[in-house]
Amino acid sequence: MGIPTKKEIESALAERIGTERQKRFSESTVAVCGLGGLGSNIAIALARAGIGKLILADFDRVDISNLSRQQYKANQTGIFKTDALRENLREISPYTEIETHCVRLCEDNYSAILKNAGIICEAFDKAEEKSRLVNFVLEYMPEKIIISASGMAGLGSPDDIRTRRITRNFYLCGDGKSDMKDHALYAPRVALCAMHQALAVLRILDSPENAVPEIY
Amino acid sequence: MVKINGENTDSAGMTLSEYLSTTDYNRARIAVERNGNIVPKKEYETTVLENGDSLEIVGFVGGG
Repeated sequence: MGIPTKKEIESALAERIGTERQKRFSESTVAVCGLGGLGSNIAIALARAGIGKLILADFDRVDISNLSRQQYKANQTGIFKTDALRENLREISPYTEIETHCVRLCEDNYSAILKNAGIICEAFDKAEEKSRLVNFVLEYMPEKIIISASGMAGLGSPDDIRTRRITRNFYLCGDGKSDMKDHALYAPRVALCAMHQALAVLRILDSPENAVPEIY
Repeated sequence: MVKINGENTDSAGMTLSEYLSTTDYNRARIAVERNGNIVPKKEYETTVLENGDSLEIVGFVGGG
């Protein structure tokens, strides 16, 4: 069996989710900032769901310790996460447009890298970096929607992880408490939080005219 | 009364910066929503909390 064509994959998706929704997803651009346990999972879920273009940013390389929860393979240790995830996404969803930025995101480059994304997923691991990006987007890029994550470490209840809408264009996923400095990170719970973020993207895009919905 | 993270406080008249000084929040790890809008970090010093305000201070924790 060869790789299906773009048209075949699109038709198969449209058959299940409807032509209009498939079109809306395929015309959307979403940025994923940080490609660790959250970001690698978010990107794969969004590619599968039919998001047309992903902007992926991370400066780091795949480390052996990442294999416990991040969507990389053992033979990818040592290579840049942007390259590794691009490769994995190409195998999973060959026609998703991928733009990668192998840089450390900061105030100097947020605007340039994120300008074409309608929705931004914050998927960093350090609390300071989360705060910096969220504050920057809300202050200087008010036309964007940001979906951030805080609190997914440890083996606490999955039901403590939730999605809340903090302002018109700021959504926050996680339990809000469990810090990686106190707990290890486990694949299922990090992925749960990542899936909250990915689902929030789809729910927002699914709302009429992309108006930010009262969904949470 | 000023509602902060769901609790009524008598912090009216204080600046946001003064209020934060009474708490354990690390300013490098928060985002502050006030009446539906984010408060820019550079306005923490000049934002005066008023009766009837509703704030949420989001304290980020590490992990990702």
